[in-house]
Amino acid sequence: MRVTRSSSVSKAAMAVGLVVLLVLVAAPWWASRADLRLMGEIYLYVSLATLWNLLAGYAGLVSVGQQAYVGFGGYGFFALAMLAGVPVLVALPLAAVAGALVAVPVAMLIFRLRGAYFAIGTWVVAEVFRLVAAQTPALGGGSGASLPASIVKSLADSRDLREAMAYWLALGVMVLTVGTVFLILRSRRGLALTAIRDNELAARSLGIDIWRTKFFVYVVTAGLTALVGGLIFLQKLRISPDAAFSANDWTAFVIFIVVIGGIGTLEGPIIGTLLFFALRETMAEMGTIYLIALGVVAIAVMLKAPTGLWGVIRARTGAELFPLSRRVQGIGRPEG
Amino acid sequence: MEWLNAILQGTLLGGLYALFAAGLSLIFGVMRLVNIAHGDLIVLAAYLGLVISAGLGIHPLLALVLVVPAMAGIGYALQRGILNRTMGDDILPPLLVTFGLSVIIQNGLLMGFSADPQKLQAGALETASLSAGGLTIGVLPLLMFVTAVAVIAGLQWMFYRTALGRAFRATSDRQDVAQLMGLNRAHVFALAMALSLAVTGIAGVFLGIRTSFDPSIGGSRLIFGFEAVIIGGLGNLWGTLAGGVILGVAQAVGGQIHPSLQLLAGHLVFLLILAIRPRGLFPKMEG
Repeated sequence: MRVTRSSSVSKAAMAVGLVVLLVLVAAPWWASRADLRLMGEIYLYVSLATLWNLLAGYAGLVSVGQQAYVGFGGYGFFALAMLAGVPVLVALPLAAVAGALVAVPVAMLIFRLRGAYFAIGTWVVAEVFRLVAAQTPALGGGSGASLPASIVKSLADSRDLREAMAYWLALGVMVLTVGTVFLILRSRRGLALTAIRDNELAARSLGIDIWRTKFFVYVVTAGLTALVGGLIFLQKLRISPDAAFSANDWTAFVIFIVVIGGIGTLEGPIIGTLLFFALRETMAEMGTIYLIALGVVAIAVMLKAPTGLWGVIRARTGAELFPLSRRVQGIGRPEG
Repeated sequence: MEWLNAILQGTLLGGLYALFAAGLSLIFGVMRLVNIAHGDLIVLAAYLGLVISAGLGIHPLLALVLVVPAMAGIGYALQRGILNRTMGDDILPPLLVTFGLSVIIQNGLLMGFSADPQKLQAGALETASLSAGGLTIGVLPLLMFVTAVAVIAGLQWMFYRTALGRAFRATSDRQDVAQLMGLNRAHVFALAMALSLAVTGIAGVFLGIRTSFDPSIGGSRLIFGFEAVIIGGLGNLWGTLAGGVILGVAQAVGGQIHPSLQLLAGHLVFLLILAIRPRGLFPKMEG
């Protein structure tokens, strides 16, 4: 008898994933400029969804205010690049560190709110960040700021190379976030998190420090979300308080993606994002109806299949693409 | 004198915030439900008031006669049709479902009424004022404040003096035992939501008379109501009124220092109270 985390499905999935990743890395040589931009956007949404899933799906921290860190990262990146003259590739990780640092006092404050009130507390924090950004004249105040052309050009000389750089950065950030979340979940801390997800009381009685585990997840998520935010606004080239701290763009869509794809699984956010973009590309002209339909689908999923699309597939087949859960082998049929 | 005036105006504004908050406080007290769509339902009530008062050519305050029962009906149907299925130990389903509702209501209003700001026309009431000792009090803010006090007194009386209130308190304490005693939990929850949205109806119409509104403002109304609840302390209706007043005064004083500081000052006072008294000023129950 032995315990293993991988299965034939997950081994195959990892191998296919590696090949797909190599093909995606080569995309600037085979994809059009518009496709590159779309794929870059998809990577950033996969990152945001994966991070929100770690927060809500595993740590039970249902935040509706992650736009606070998207906006903070965007503004942090603009401030470092524009005002302090920090090179772009240094400013992005610095914005992430700043996001993690600012999350420390925020967590200490809003962790005093429980459950659903915590959710609204995160929203208040995002509002405070937005109002402060709108009060900062150096970054354009309420009307926002544009990234000077000299900074954009410092990334690469030719336009094609710049587009490719932005694409690779987005791909790199996606690999970094999904990889980080995967490694966290496989670590000792991940085991604690999964225990908290399944039963908080039982986890506490086994000696898991719930507060510290959640605090760790909140701060890491904030830092990585700020990194994604910096990259989003590097691609947009322009930032304003309303765009940077948009609850619809950075929280509502992300929550719908995770819920529809499958909350509490690593595969769910990826599948949800692909579905979200497939729908968006076909229904984009419908504007508000699209959002309403998305809300209806998310509610229906929450009521009828709370584990989401991936949860349904996994329950039927036992498949798992990322080798996470432990399987005992050698005593009858291996179980998923 | 202008500072005293700011405090007075803030206090009266606090009445409106207490109206935003009372419905939120009520459903949390009875069923531990936090309704993320609460702010959007306030805006929905304002649009209902608009349609009814413009359609029938009546004063918006008279439209309350129709808006309040309509909102109560929506609340009952919402709870029995959807929200009751999400009630349980897990906080995720109700949160995500009400979040989805919030997006649906907001975009539904956007489709029906566009993003143009609207306002309820209340005629002379909007500008009427009383003067006393150099201070001027608008009749409308005063009416809002008095209504808020009356609504909270009414809810308090209902909670502690009526059979319905007893059912609410019993269900709040022990759902399973209340069920055994013959209370239908699904019905009691739906009545609580109906009452919550009836108050929301009043709040929405007053909101629409006081300022212009558009489909996107629901989120910040939810936040104001939520801040009033937390400042006042969970489960305490009079505390919620005090929380609303504190928030209103903080915003008015902040706005007096600099107009752009109005909202920020309110949020900062909320965070300060959260830092020094995490359970609020007058808590009656555990979060």
